[in-house]
Amino acid sequence: MSILIKNGRLIDPQGKIDKVCDILVEKNRVKSISKTINTKAKEVIDAHGCIVLPGLVDMHVHLREPGREDKETIASATCAALKGGVTSLLAMPNTTPCIDSPQAVSLLQKIIDKTAKANVLIAGAITRGRKGHEPVNIAGLKAKGVMIVTDDGASVDDDKVLLKVMQQAKKQGMIVMCHCEDKLLSKRGSVNRGLTSTRMGLRGISKESEFKRVERDIAIAEKAGARVHIAHVSCKESAEIIRKAKKRKIRVTAETCPHYFALSETDVIDFDTNMKMNPPLRGKEDVAAIKKALADGTIDVIASDHAPHTDNEKDIEFERAAFGVIGLETELAVAVTELLHPGIIDWKRIIEVLSINPAKILGVKKGALAQGDDADIVIIDPEEEWIFTKQGILSKSKNSPFINRKLKGRPIYTIFAGKLAYSGRERA
Amino acid sequence: MAKWNQKDLLGLENLSSEQIELILSTAESFREISTRGIKKVPTLRGKTVVNLFYEPSTRTRVSFEIAAKRLSADVININTETSSVKKGETLIDTGLSIQALKADVIVVRHNASGAAAMLARHVDISVVNAGDGWHEHPTQALLDIFTLKQKLGHIKGLKVSIVGDIAHSRVARSNIWGLTKLGAEVTVCAPELLIPPEIEKMGVSVTSSIERALAGADAVNVLRMQFERDTDTAFPKQLEYFRNFAITEERLKKAKKDIIVMHPGPINRGTEISSAVADGKNSVILDQVTNGIAIRMAVLFLISQARRAQ
Repeated sequence: MSILIKNGRLIDPQGKIDKVCDILVEKNRVKSISKTINTKAKEVIDAHGCIVLPGLVDMHVHLREPGREDKETIASATCAALKGGVTSLLAMPNTTPCIDSPQAVSLLQKIIDKTAKANVLIAGAITRGRKGHEPVNIAGLKAKGVMIVTDDGASVDDDKVLLKVMQQAKKQGMIVMCHCEDKLLSKRGSVNRGLTSTRMGLRGISKESEFKRVERDIAIAEKAGARVHIAHVSCKESAEIIRKAKKRKIRVTAETCPHYFALSETDVIDFDTNMKMNPPLRGKEDVAAIKKALADGTIDVIASDHAPHTDNEKDIEFERAAFGVIGLETELAVAVTELLHPGIIDWKRIIEVLSINPAKILGVKKGALAQGDDADIVIIDPEEEWIFTKQGILSKSKNSPFINRKLKGRPIYTIFAGKLAYSGRERA
Repeated sequence: MAKWNQKDLLGLENLSSEQIELILSTAESFREISTRGIKKVPTLRGKTVVNLFYEPSTRTRVSFEIAAKRLSADVININTETSSVKKGETLIDTGLSIQALKADVIVVRHNASGAAAMLARHVDISVVNAGDGWHEHPTQALLDIFTLKQKLGHIKGLKVSIVGDIAHSRVARSNIWGLTKLGAEVTVCAPELLIPPEIEKMGVSVTSSIERALAGADAVNVLRMQFERDTDTAFPKQLEYFRNFAITEERLKKAKKDIIVMHPGPINRGTEISSAVADGKNSVILDQVTNGIAIRMAVLFLISQARRAQ
């Protein structure tokens, strides 16, 4: 199988490429890049007016399989991923069983090998059953190829347990990814604490419940000398703490999610449970701070925190509805709409935060499109305006906060491992 | 005059001052019906109103029932203790069943904030919020405002203090929206722990001093203290609350002579209000109960008209 991409603007910041050219893909690699390529290919894609960039690496995805295949499967999630331009993703370990042992990793790997349509990497848990008490066998996970551990969805409350894990992780060269939330402060809340929780008559989740934990987790990582990755940063204070830690040369990386820069707490006022996630949508000044942190390098990564839930768990009373939203199909388009077009960041930075940086953190050779690199490619029409509809969702669950939203910039083709894996356009 | 065009009444936050005035003036025209020998008009004959109450309520449910009956509607009361709700049916499924029974209006009381809004999104028939969690209780605020207007002639410029558990009170929230939209100056007064965060951004003054709340006020709305509620907030002891916040004759001596004392009921004598004040000349508590009927008649009438127009 060979694919010839004609006349697209190829942007590969790692290879320092930014030019309109032809790209020939053969087998699963970029075979050649040139002003004009006339070789015959099985597939020819006219990419005139489009941007050609490395496939996205989404380092925060809840696949729900094994255990909750009614919400999502590895097959359905990876289809959704390819539609959104995501070719590699990191599976969160909060499944049933929890991915907290080498055996569980093997079990998951088997399903991935059989059903995944894109590249799926595995994150292990930090503690047994993600309960926060008993550290997992880090070396055992490492031997299975796991590069990162997290209890995502829960924060490890016990400082000593977290320190122990971080010391082990340092020894094994692994990264600890932290969900930062002090449940004593956030307990039973469901929206941002402040005017929003007061107006809605709901318990609030304070920003303190997040940023105090960001502060603590960075301090423990510093003590252990470990690399720490802060998941789903939602507020100004967290960004500021990370900025300061980076200035002090602490090995911290951080991610945010599209909803934290594209939406704000006023979007939740009508009790739309598709606007309910944890951490919650914050205020306007937090949104501005997240954008700034993405632009100045404080936040390294945009990840979806794709969290599928069935209607049964979402179409109920707000305070009882599940936390979380899907995001694989929209993250690139939302980032282009909300960050690139308004001039907050450029294409180079878009590719860094959505592909290069997460690839580096996870230690995978992705996020580049020079000759010889893996042919994981997204082709996006940056000017196409489109409306994201519920009917078009490929994910098994439909809990997107961006339903019926107008977006500018649409992923048209996704090539994964050298094969055309998604096409959003009729071709001749 | 504004036209009413909404099939539901979910809260006062999203209403304009014109829409609130329209409900008040419609209620004024319905008030007289309850004073007749035959207290009934055929306005909603052939319509079915379902009271769907997930929380115990006497006053509000009976008031809605009487309002609907005086408009000649048929009324069904669904008791959640004996219905399929106990078998785990969701609010939406219950709502869809009521719609399939060809009812016209659901009056819903629920302990979750936003429940009425959610129900309204899923059914085509009208939904009236009779109290959702800590969020809103629009008809209570409307009858409070209606009573104030009846006694003082206007709302604009009035100083109204709301005293009690503001954090957990849907009555407080609806009153704040309604009163501020009509131009009243609202002060909320409670122990600090019972003041929800950033409430001043709703356009009210905040104090924890009952003396300050009463000084110069034209009216005080006294909320019921529910000591049995919410275990995660440090509640003041009952006696301590009475000592520091209750509306008593001594405190009223320092207030305006003709200050109006309101209470949404049921009242806890000796907790948030003394018996002498509850039964005294400043109290309009029973007028509120009477006015609740006219307000609810107006609401049922307006939403039914709007639905017919759609």
